[in-house]
Amino acid sequence: MSTDSSTSKETRNPAVDGTELIEFKDVTKRFGNNVVLDNLCFNVDSGKHVTLIGPSGSGKTTILRLLMTLVKPEEGTIKVAGDYLTHEQRDGKLVPASERHSREVRKNIGMVFQQFNLFPNMRVLRNITEAPVHVLGLPKDEAEQRARELLELVGLTEHIDKYPSQLSGGQQQRVAIARALAMRPQVLLLDEVTSALDPELVAGVLDVLRDIAHTTDITMLCVTHEMNFARDISDDVLMFDAGRVIESGSPEKIFSDPEHERTREFLSAVL
Amino acid sequence: MTDLTWGLWELLLKGVWVTVQLTFFSALLGAGVAFVVGVARTHRLRVVRVLSGAYMEIFRGTSALVLMFWMFFVLPVALGWQLLPMWSAVLALGLSYGAYGSEIVRGSLAAVAPAQQEAGIALSFSPWQRLTKIVLPQAWPEMIPPANNLLIELLKGTALVSIMGVADTAFGAMLVRNATGESAPVYTIILVMYFVLAFVLTRGMRVLERHAKAGIGQAPPEKSLGVRRRVNVPRQAEAPRDVPSAGGAS
Amino acid sequence: MKWDWSAVSDFMPRLLDGVLVTLQALVLGSLIAFALGLVWAMAQRSNLKVISWPVMVITEFIRNTPLLVQLFFLYYVLPEWNVTFSALVTGVIGLGLHYSTYTAEVYRAGIDGVPVGQWEACTALSLPRTRTWSAVILPQAIRRVVPALGNYVIAMLKDSPMLMTIGALEMLGQARQFSAETFQPTEPVTVIGIVFILIAYPASLLMRALERRLVH
Repeated sequence: MSTDSSTSKETRNPAVDGTELIEFKDVTKRFGNNVVLDNLCFNVDSGKHVTLIGPSGSGKTTILRLLMTLVKPEEGTIKVAGDYLTHEQRDGKLVPASERHSREVRKNIGMVFQQFNLFPNMRVLRNITEAPVHVLGLPKDEAEQRARELLELVGLTEHIDKYPSQLSGGQQQRVAIARALAMRPQVLLLDEVTSALDPELVAGVLDVLRDIAHTTDITMLCVTHEMNFARDISDDVLMFDAGRVIESGSPEKIFSDPEHERTREFLSAVL
Repeated sequence: MTDLTWGLWELLLKGVWVTVQLTFFSALLGAGVAFVVGVARTHRLRVVRVLSGAYMEIFRGTSALVLMFWMFFVLPVALGWQLLPMWSAVLALGLSYGAYGSEIVRGSLAAVAPAQQEAGIALSFSPWQRLTKIVLPQAWPEMIPPANNLLIELLKGTALVSIMGVADTAFGAMLVRNATGESAPVYTIILVMYFVLAFVLTRGMRVLERHAKAGIGQAPPEKSLGVRRRVNVPRQAEAPRDVPSAGGAS
Repeated sequence: MKWDWSAVSDFMPRLLDGVLVTLQALVLGSLIAFALGLVWAMAQRSNLKVISWPVMVITEFIRNTPLLVQLFFLYYVLPEWNVTFSALVTGVIGLGLHYSTYTAEVYRAGIDGVPVGQWEACTALSLPRTRTWSAVILPQAIRRVVPALGNYVIAMLKDSPMLMTIGALEMLGQARQFSAETFQPTEPVTVIGIVFILIAYPASLLMRALERRLVH
């Protein structure tokens, strides 16, 4: 799809291709006394599709929220495309990042939320063009052109002038996907994107995401309970439990021959 | 009401015009104060929050009439110069009703779902862009009903200026009473005049609310008659909040 | 600005008198407002339109017109009808009447907030109407509206200086009289401004705490 080759890295640094795009190093996150992530280390290579699975409360969503700087880690560092996300280097020392620095790094990352979070005060088109125009400084025509292409990709061309409240949940979620892609992120974070949808609307959204996963080289980090979807799109699956990765590997291996007892238990419960 | 001459009517109508002007300019100033203070109270810096909170508590804590006395009699002594009475009145009304309004602004900003902020962060909007493009447009239709209540309070509050000798409606009534020696007719007339002004204001705000809600893809508010205020005392779990503090001002 | 502490101390005895008058007006005005407001609220819920409509019109009218003008009306017009009260009593009636239209709204909202199931249960138990109100509905409604009523008492406090205009010597009246005699407006007006904040701020903190307590 012509639109998609540009989705990920037309404007990005090709040097990071095939290298570590996301790097978590000894990241610990607590909420009060509750340790959500415990000295977590993992990497995601550029262009890979990684799915995080595990029981709820195991810290999967926290990883996405850390990447979006919606929460901050107590310890450890996170790098995105070679840059520190929550820290910056000043005089050779690592100091907590300024809002400006975080925002710069964050521009590489797009996110789709469980509850869509479309802006109810903007029509579909403006939901998609607002950030490209006002954050990236894209000319309005160009942003609108791109929005139309993305709406075609997600199959919602005829709804371009509607308000979010006039769309079904599945349609809203597809707009949200288009909105995230419009920023041309290198990484797309998907946070249980089908959990809030009526069952009959899930397939449409997953089809769009499959399409994007198979036809683009965008990096995906995905938290989901849709195991078939995870099997379809993932290069790697990480199994979380109690703030740690207890097992990882290809979907074939994790889903058909898991090593860890907890993984087996979890999969038999959800499959 | 039979013995009210045309000249006396003219006096009252001129007073109404002054009341309208006072309401307009005080509302303008008050809205400005309300937005600045209300937004400042959600600021990430503690100093800003404390200062704006202190402003709100002080100007809401004191009586509008006492503040007006202070503006008219103490401030000129302190400064060595004097504002026109009309502008002293606007200043006193705008500053104190703005303090009430800041609570409305803060409340409706806080009522916008936090997830909207997060979506704004995910799209790399700056804090200012998140405020102006995402939060405020969603918050402001919510502000209109309580702002309407406050506006009526402000309209009523303008009558205080008659005590300071500003020739508003209530002041005109005093003159007419002195001229005719009768109180019942003229005070009945101006009470009705104030009521009509309040009615017109309320209708105007309803129209504004309908437009605002349509502008963010929401259903328009249900129609209801007259100036009947909608007290947003929440049902069941929540107790009434803000309604009274925003209401019985001055 | 010159600040004269001796003027402050000279003003103190009068301030005390003023505070007493203000508090008198506040307590009596609140009692009227609480009681009359309940009457309005229940009358507005009446099935008889001849009762509910006039009450609604009257309360809307009173609430949407200035208290100051209402005070003048009571003070000047009542004597024309051969009803004469002292300035303070007139002021108390004016405050109470004006604020009863606000408390009526508070009660109304509180009553509306009582779940329909409570009314249905009363019907199922064949409770008489008066028992339904006094034992079931009002106790639930009033508990929730206490903070709102309290906030209107604070609002009333801040409106009480208007009583000065009809000659009641509450705090602002005392301050005005004092400055007229001594030509020193700065100290008394500033002092009573502070006194208002000193009373109103803790009171509103109390109401906020009550709100949190009673909500849950």
